[in-house]
Amino acid sequence: MKKITSEKVEQIKPSGIRKFFDIVSEMKDAISLGVGEPDFQTPWHIREEGIYSFERGKTFYTSNSGLKDLRNEISNYVDTHYNVKYNPDNEILVTVGGSEAIDVGLRAMLNDGDEVIIPQPSYVSYAPCSFLAGGKNIIIDLKPENEFRLTPEELENAVTPRTKVLILPYPNNPTGAIMEKEDLEKIAKIIQEKDIFVLSDEIYAELTYKGQHVSIASFDGLKERTLLINGFSKAFAMTGWRLGYACGNKELIKQMTKIHQFSIMCAPTLSQYAAIEALKNGDDDVKIMREAYNQRRRFLLDAFRNMNLECFEPFGAFYVFPCIKEFGMSSEEFATKLLQEEKVAAVPGTAFGNSGEGYLRISYAYSLEKLKIAMERMKRFITKLRG
Amino acid sequence: MREELLSIIEKNSRIGIKDLAVLLGVSEIDAANEITNLENEGIICGYHTLIDWEKTSIEKVTALIEVRVTPQRGQGFDKIAQRIYNYPEVKSVYLISGGFDLMVTLEEKTLKDIAAFVTDKLSTLDSVLSTATHFILKKYKDHGTILDKNDEDTREVVTP
Repeated sequence: MKKITSEKVEQIKPSGIRKFFDIVSEMKDAISLGVGEPDFQTPWHIREEGIYSFERGKTFYTSNSGLKDLRNEISNYVDTHYNVKYNPDNEILVTVGGSEAIDVGLRAMLNDGDEVIIPQPSYVSYAPCSFLAGGKNIIIDLKPENEFRLTPEELENAVTPRTKVLILPYPNNPTGAIMEKEDLEKIAKIIQEKDIFVLSDEIYAELTYKGQHVSIASFDGLKERTLLINGFSKAFAMTGWRLGYACGNKELIKQMTKIHQFSIMCAPTLSQYAAIEALKNGDDDVKIMREAYNQRRRFLLDAFRNMNLECFEPFGAFYVFPCIKEFGMSSEEFATKLLQEEKVAAVPGTAFGNSGEGYLRISYAYSLEKLKIAMERMKRFITKLRG
Repeated sequence: MREELLSIIEKNSRIGIKDLAVLLGVSEIDAANEITNLENEGIICGYHTLIDWEKTSIEKVTALIEVRVTPQRGQGFDKIAQRIYNYPEVKSVYLISGGFDLMVTLEEKTLKDIAAFVTDKLSTLDSVLSTATHFILKKYKDHGTILDKNDEDTREVVTP
């Protein structure tokens, strides 16, 4: 019999997170700090809009690119929040989460052998999606001394004549790093000079704790070069609704819509109706959640300071990324031991790329009470290790 | 910091100054001073505990009473409101817009006590025109807190 699976797919390594998940889920009464989604439930007025849409019988497909009303709201939201104007008729595609937008975006941009620059540590899907789309992944190992920001030098060294796309994952999962206006200015210049494109994953944009999030697409001449990806999961605590969007150059959106049309048809109708409400009336909820995350972020940083555990101050998403190199263990060993001995689960940095070695991703999408217990246990663990 | 501080202690008045300072990202001295200021300005009026009395063996009956009154020349509703709120069994008095004037919350041990208060004390006041008493049968949510909440975390334990 011939082999049923594709050789290409077999080359992809399974996500390192999955492996750790299996260990954690066997352990009863462990405190998990390993979750990459909000602990808040979707605000009630948004959920209610979903319920109403069912009651009104809105149970059919929408147009491929998404409800017109939703695209109008996205256009307005992106304009007022991030200062970029997109035409709702042909520059916006509503997708099944930001993750579909990453996949479809890369498939629509890449030719076989095109180089894709991926700064790491970063979200787990960029490299496999790019590989499947024929891209050749060029990894930039981000440096702790730069607070895991992408520097112009690093980018310039990675660009070759074959470079097509730079993935810009800020605010960053897993490090919590952000890129501020001055950082982006220099990156924007190189992108233009070298004639490359950007896939900017800004799913955590609303969770920024230092000034307003700045989008690379808002710089002069960058809108046409950027595929801006955002969604509802993180800002509005809507992970299970599976809804995101991509904004960009109309020729690119047109090609993406083709792939989306043939593989997905349209994003869930229920979620789209709820999302309109989120964009129209959700700013106050976002503010309340952001404030709560920020308090927990300060709490964790203070706890690490008290433990004398090295950790740069992250200003985005809901992760902190402490360094555990002093203990002479790999991230995986450390995380496994921490789980076995103190029943606290944190994800090893290596799940997000080799440059995550020596770090842990700790999520603060948990109540303060839970974080408090977890930090006490972690302190005990570290004290024991230091002897 | 003021607004954020108030929203933290509104939910948890028992938080210590040290923890409060960490959450706000300010020094302990600044946090303590701000609390003193808020108390002095009468913005923080008290520190209460939210109790679900239903779960205890102690009997309590709460009623919301709508009261229509005749406002008095020169003093409006203030004088009559004061006459009512001075009773310790009265938990709150609000001036309300709409079909009636004052909303009075009354807490007593028994239904009979409430009836007695309304007929003997409240209705007999000169400026009270009429009253309508509503007994509370069950509290679902109080002070922004859902009383029978299931807080179980149903998320997957590790996600990207």
